[in-house]
Amino acid sequence: MADFIQTLLAASNTQVPAFLRQRQDSGARQWTASHMPTRKTEAWKYTSLHALNRDFCAAERSGASVDQLGLALPDFGGSRLVFVDGFLREDLSQLDLPAGAELVRFADASSSQAERIAAQLGSVVNNEQHMFANLNDATLADGVFLDIAANTVLETPVHLLWLTSNREPAFTVNQRLLVVLGNNAQATVIEHFTGNANAAFTNGITELVLADGAHLLHHRLHLEEAGAMHIGGVHASLGRDSTLDSFHLALGSELKRIDVVINHHGAGAHCDLNGIYLLRGSEHVDYHSCIEHTVPHCTTDEVFRGIIGDQASAVFNGRIHIHPDAQKTRAELSNKNLLTSTSAEINTKPELEIYADDVACAHGATVAQLDEGMLHYLRTRGVNRDEAEVMLSYGFINELVEGVKLESLQDFLRPMLAQRFSRDPRLTRHLA
Amino acid sequence: MLKIDNLHAQVDGKDILKGLSLEVKAGEVHAIMGPNGSGKSTLGHVLAGRPGYTASAGTVSFMGQDVLQLETEERAHLGIFLAFQYPVEIPGVSNMEFLKASVDAMREHRSLEPLDTVSFMKQAREASKAVDLDPAFLKRGVNEGFSGGEKKRNELMQMMLLEPTLGILDETDSGLDIDALQVVANGVNAMRSPERSFILVTHYQRLLDYIEPDFVHVLSDGRIVKSGDKSLALELEEKGYGWIEDEVA
Repeated sequence: MADFIQTLLAASNTQVPAFLRQRQDSGARQWTASHMPTRKTEAWKYTSLHALNRDFCAAERSGASVDQLGLALPDFGGSRLVFVDGFLREDLSQLDLPAGAELVRFADASSSQAERIAAQLGSVVNNEQHMFANLNDATLADGVFLDIAANTVLETPVHLLWLTSNREPAFTVNQRLLVVLGNNAQATVIEHFTGNANAAFTNGITELVLADGAHLLHHRLHLEEAGAMHIGGVHASLGRDSTLDSFHLALGSELKRIDVVINHHGAGAHCDLNGIYLLRGSEHVDYHSCIEHTVPHCTTDEVFRGIIGDQASAVFNGRIHIHPDAQKTRAELSNKNLLTSTSAEINTKPELEIYADDVACAHGATVAQLDEGMLHYLRTRGVNRDEAEVMLSYGFINELVEGVKLESLQDFLRPMLAQRFSRDPRLTRHLA
Repeated sequence: MLKIDNLHAQVDGKDILKGLSLEVKAGEVHAIMGPNGSGKSTLGHVLAGRPGYTASAGTVSFMGQDVLQLETEERAHLGIFLAFQYPVEIPGVSNMEFLKASVDAMREHRSLEPLDTVSFMKQAREASKAVDLDPAFLKRGVNEGFSGGEKKRNELMQMMLLEPTLGILDETDSGLDIDALQVVANGVNAMRSPERSFILVTHYQRLLDYIEPDFVHVLSDGRIVKSGDKSLALELEEKGYGWIEDEVA
């Protein structure tokens, strides 16, 4: 196994809450016994882990100010926890929770909370299929636990921000989130990764547990740029008649691999899964989604769209698996890609595996370039070619941005995305 | 204003225009008629600068400039507007965003400040009302899911907002019912002025009942073979194009 982890393992088993120790031990054992995936490993065929071949040290606590960190700290209202290089920054965090809602670090958990964390942590993610979850377990010293009691409605969003700062030498951050919604509970969560680290490797796992009738509006923003590396994922378990509405956005960076795994465990569950990935330069993003329909009457609507420019490369692998008992399933998956350069690359594979006979499923993927007819039409109206290209590119993902239900998040994303499409404000004026 | 001299043009390597000459002076309305395949639409596309439509000989001068040397958007800035026969659909870009970007681009070229959003919305709503298009269409993707008639009205609305010097309407009347035709005609007539000219490309005399042209030209096999006043259109309606082709031969 890669050398970098040895340093981490040595550094990590200090000051671990007792209820995590067993998990840490087993994670370390599994990780040490496993082999790093190669390009011959099917799930990693198009994503090289070469960038991880360097010496990483454990992250250190930073006291840098928001300005020094170059952090645009959006205010979505509600509660916010800010982690810089994996360490909680209480000065940038705030809590605003009604009775029945608890938000706590693993390290600060009361014995009742520790009991609940221990009961659910690792219950959704399948370490055998996701070997980096072993690494996460092995280096697990802290995490965030959001627990919403049955029938509790959390009106304001919970914003969890992880920033990796630009420091030398290369370092790693462990991110772990456990969200548990009781029966008929409702909440809005924003997972937000950011930073312009030269070399930071984040290994993250988020588990979402929705009990019967629960409703979670979930957002996961991977806005880390430059040399940031992130291997992580979201693993969700949906109870009877629960709804998960999940929005994903990834800007490219040196290496990103994000797994989104949704398990329909209770009949009548519904999942809306939307995602955008935007790459340029020599960036790489790999989204793997896997939707497991194990019970009847569940629905999935999944749409991912990507724009890949320059020499960037992206991967989208979307799997929908309908088990024999999952009759009356309705599942749709669409992946569309826009290549804005002849050297850009996308490897897309929608997979539908069906073992039930009474289901309605559809899946498809497209790869296209900017439409010359549309460009010409815009230019005949006086819009210059550069601006027309920005309009059409943004238009390609606009529908998904507009689909973001949390308005304050839409307001945050719009100018940020506009700037991503062009640094020249004249080319994005139509988005203002 | 516009002077086309001996224009030869090719589409995908095939000769379509074969020595077309036409002069349009300020304030004039010219109708160009002709059978299918005579090159009517090609003329509009060559003037607007569509990729793949290349002029191989001849000159086109507009407001004293060599149009064929200009980029598509530069032609638009100069005041050339082509209302498309088949406007493209652009999902994801709202009609409002698109119109604002166009209007701002034109204003920039005229060294005017961009319109503030409120004034622009007001203008856009008025224009949509003038072409009898529900303002809800402003929020939809450009032409996305519009019916044929709605697309044509949208073209007209753009023309009203962009205030071109030369409006070229490429078979804007085709596929329109009488009510829609009247809306288009009213729009064009309201825009007629001593400084603004129009070229109406059409198959049928019907449009000319509503927009009275100063000149009518018949295009056949890539050239203008006959010109006259509006009575020529009536004659064509009655006799078809055959007699002109015979006359030319």
